[in-house]
Amino acid sequence: MFNNLISLDLEASLYLLSGVFFILGIRGLSSPETARLGNYLSMSGMALAFSVTILSLKDYSFINLVLIITGISIGGTIGTVLSKKIAMTDMPQMVAALNSMGGLSAVLVAWAAFLSPGAFELVFNGYIKSSSMVELLLGILVGAVTFSGSVVAFLKLQGLMKSAPVILPFRHVLSIGVLAVILSCSYLMLMGAESSQILFLVISIASLLLGLLLIIPIGGADMPVVIAVLNSYSGFAAAIIGFTLGNLALVITGALVGSSGAILSYIMCQAMNRSFFSVIMGGFGDEVSSSEIKETRPVKVGSADDAAFILKNASSVIIVPGYGMAVARAQNSLKEMVDKLKEMGIKVTYAIHPVAGRMPGHMNVLLAEADVPYDDIYELSEINSDFAQADVAFVVGANDVTNPAAKSDPNSPIFGMPILEVENAKTVLFVKRSLGIGYAGIDNDLFYRENTMMLLGDAKKMSEDISSSI
Amino acid sequence: MDISPLVYYGSIFILAIFIGYYVVWSVTPALHTPLMSVTNAISAVIIVGAIVAIGTDTSDSGISGLISKFVSFFALIFASINIFGGFLVTQRMLAMYKKKVKNDV
Repeated sequence: MFNNLISLDLEASLYLLSGVFFILGIRGLSSPETARLGNYLSMSGMALAFSVTILSLKDYSFINLVLIITGISIGGTIGTVLSKKIAMTDMPQMVAALNSMGGLSAVLVAWAAFLSPGAFELVFNGYIKSSSMVELLLGILVGAVTFSGSVVAFLKLQGLMKSAPVILPFRHVLSIGVLAVILSCSYLMLMGAESSQILFLVISIASLLLGLLLIIPIGGADMPVVIAVLNSYSGFAAAIIGFTLGNLALVITGALVGSSGAILSYIMCQAMNRSFFSVIMGGFGDEVSSSEIKETRPVKVGSADDAAFILKNASSVIIVPGYGMAVARAQNSLKEMVDKLKEMGIKVTYAIHPVAGRMPGHMNVLLAEADVPYDDIYELSEINSDFAQADVAFVVGANDVTNPAAKSDPNSPIFGMPILEVENAKTVLFVKRSLGIGYAGIDNDLFYRENTMMLLGDAKKMSEDISSSI
Repeated sequence: MDISPLVYYGSIFILAIFIGYYVVWSVTPALHTPLMSVTNAISAVIIVGAIVAIGTDTSDSGISGLISKFVSFFALIFASINIFGGFLVTQRMLAMYKKKVKNDV
């Protein structure tokens, strides 16, 4: 047995360096041109952190090395296969699933440290130091909530569980009860109670339960926020464990990931005009009752030929895609339609609302997959004033994010939500399966406007038909 | 150095949060999905904890040492899934982002 191939100072400095790599890696995402390099930097940071850890192991016995290599091979293979197989529409599920892995490994590392505190130098006078104990307990709590919360989010996104919020009776009382169990067990442990292993187990299970209780009542519409929040939690769990293990890479990374998730949840909440607190409390995105008022105002319905005629005679067109487009797998046929229009010298751009997909930036990935160049795509704030000059706004698979009621009707549930002001365009072509309501369960005033033509049908079929009649 | 580790790591943590705040705001919204998958992958740097736990001689702490090793082996697997899956899916996404071809305009 031989110890410490590298000194403690060198070890800490190299961990710091891998943290720097991660910072630069995220910084690379500020533009698509530098993003690929950024990803390689992040990978290098990870490789560095890994190598440093291997070089500073305490016990290089054969069995340990075999365990490490086996574990990484198994996990690496699963991860690689997952990353190749996943469809881009399923990215939210993928991120939720990966998040749950991160949360779970935080819990397991906390357990490992609890069971063999000597390995991590947490022992003082024969007991785990109380500061380390607090960190371990916090790590378990945050890690377990991340894990079980992400599993619920995954099940909801994957459609294995109803995406509507599940409202349990007395759910707040229940959550507070579980929290009380966690707190009192933690108190007992810190006071040096016997049978601390059982208490630790109870805390772990209660924390898992808390994660379930927190995410189950949140509806499908709020999932983008939930994923971002859980992302943030997984970062903080890593940071807390980093305190326990005295590892700079973990502390820095955890802080980065924590703040990234927090910022993304803030952006998502802003885009939906919902307060963070109301999202967390859940209940939004409920199925709409069937007793809604039947709308009787006239609607102008057009055919693919009508739409093709209007598009051909336009000089500028803005496409407004929503998640419905991705569900209908219409990206590619839409792109073909756009290409035809561009060949005719018509200016075509895309406008994307922050919550157009099922997670932050999702729609951009879906369009990138369909080979839409990223410099044709504009954010809400960049393009909103352009609608007034546009001849046609072509809305496909989006609904609530174009609803003018968000600006004019204080009683609307989406009042105050920033929208894409498509109604300012000369003509609005609105592709929709039927005259149903949107995800938030609200009627869209846009359908009944003079300048709106509804194109009823499947988004993919409709874009193909329009292409062929152009 | 007489300051406690908590204050030492705490200072770094707080500063890193500020760095994270400014760095993340500079990320273009078009890349928010890759941002999430890559932060996901790097948060799995917790793998170092699993490796430390495996690579320790736990023979003198008996059964709990054995369980500790067993548990950290699984932590290692899950963290590796997270790392490989996160980085590779990010790479796959970023490869799709293309600029406009010049003669296209």
